[in-house]
Amino acid sequence: MRHALIPALIAAMFASSGYAAGLDVKVTIPRINAAEYHRPYLAVWVETPNQDIATTLSVWYAKDKAENKGTKWLKDLRQWWRKGGRDLDLPLDGVSGATKPVGEHTLSYTEGKPPLGTLAPGEYNLVVEAAREKGDRELVRIPFKWPVQQAASLKASGESELGAISLELKP
Amino acid sequence: MKPVKYLLAVAVALSASVAHAHGYWLLPSSTVLSAPQFVTFDAAVSNDPFHFNHRPLPVDELQIVAPDESLQKPVNVSKGELRTTFDAYFEKNGTYRLSVYREGVRAFWKEGDQPKRFMGKAEDLKQRVPAGAKDLKVAEIANRLETYVTVGSPTPVKTTGRGLEAVASTHPNDLVAGEPLTLQFLVDGKPTAGVEVEVIKGQTRYRNQKGEQKLKSDADGKVTIHLPEAGLYWLDADYTDNKVQTKEAKERSLAYVLTLEVLPQ
Repeated sequence: MRHALIPALIAAMFASSGYAAGLDVKVTIPRINAAEYHRPYLAVWVETPNQDIATTLSVWYAKDKAENKGTKWLKDLRQWWRKGGRDLDLPLDGVSGATKPVGEHTLSYTEGKPPLGTLAPGEYNLVVEAAREKGDRELVRIPFKWPVQQAASLKASGESELGAISLELKP
Repeated sequence: MKPVKYLLAVAVALSASVAHAHGYWLLPSSTVLSAPQFVTFDAAVSNDPFHFNHRPLPVDELQIVAPDESLQKPVNVSKGELRTTFDAYFEKNGTYRLSVYREGVRAFWKEGDQPKRFMGKAEDLKQRVPAGAKDLKVAEIANRLETYVTVGSPTPVKTTGRGLEAVASTHPNDLVAGEPLTLQFLVDGKPTAGVEVEVIKGQTRYRNQKGEQKLKSDADGKVTIHLPEAGLYWLDADYTDNKVQTKEAKERSLAYVLTLEVLPQ
């Protein structure tokens, strides 16, 4: 009995120390020459083949602003809002945060833990949507299969509101 | 020449088809909200959807029904020469229905060679139309004008079971370009075939072809509307039957007008 537990314990130790399966997402917020620049609102989610949201991974919005001022524009992340963002109660621990500056941002999601949780085996898209005040809106998709068989790095790029996006798949 | 023109005008007004003298509409400044806020509205009568170029539309009978069915009053109501404007604060999560519903009668008759008409409440008919009026034609009317605003997630839209109404396959605040919309038309709550429907995308001033869709509801009362581009769409549905309550009336003319906002994918 005691011996049988050991492998499970070892597995549990590794699971919590970075060897767990998961997704690392790198999002580049491009530098945009604008007389009046505002950081974009951004949503990252996992999408099923019929374009439903499997899980929302991250939402950046101006949550430090006075109440309403920040959430008023969440609807501009149009697809995320319509597909399920509007059903979430923000702020949401581990998901929502303030908008981020120009540059590359790394987001890590671990299997079995919120917000990634447990995904049923199948085909998915990672979707990144950005909308900027006085700017444009853009949406980038990266298809992937779950569970991950082999570590891989998938890349895509936006053209206006999003720069390079990479998805590191960790088996 | 003149009598012919009058006759034509009367014929057009009486034929309860899509051929209205003018269209009328409500124009919301926003329909999809992610936080409680004010929305402002224009209400007008004009031939060109959402261009105020004719008359203001009275909104005395406007009802704003909150998601919990409570009624809310519009604020800052102002009647201009070309449009009526009002604001409403949308606080509760869910879908608000804005509607103007009018039931009444429309009467045409002649005094000598002079054509006369009256539009108003059925109970005022006797007072306004002289006894034994020549060529008297009376029709009942039931006109409904609607639009919807949603805070957060849309909630189901209830029908009232009166007059002409529509049940949408996709929630009216959940429309995106490229996805067709099926509407089922109900008369007094019952699916009805033969409802004539016209759909026009706004901004007609900036194109030569209106590109209207003209449809007729099928045996289940359904029509499928194509919404190829994002924008505001004006829908006008008309139907005539003979379910009248006023004994002078021979027919009832029903109308349903809806403003829809379609967002990009």
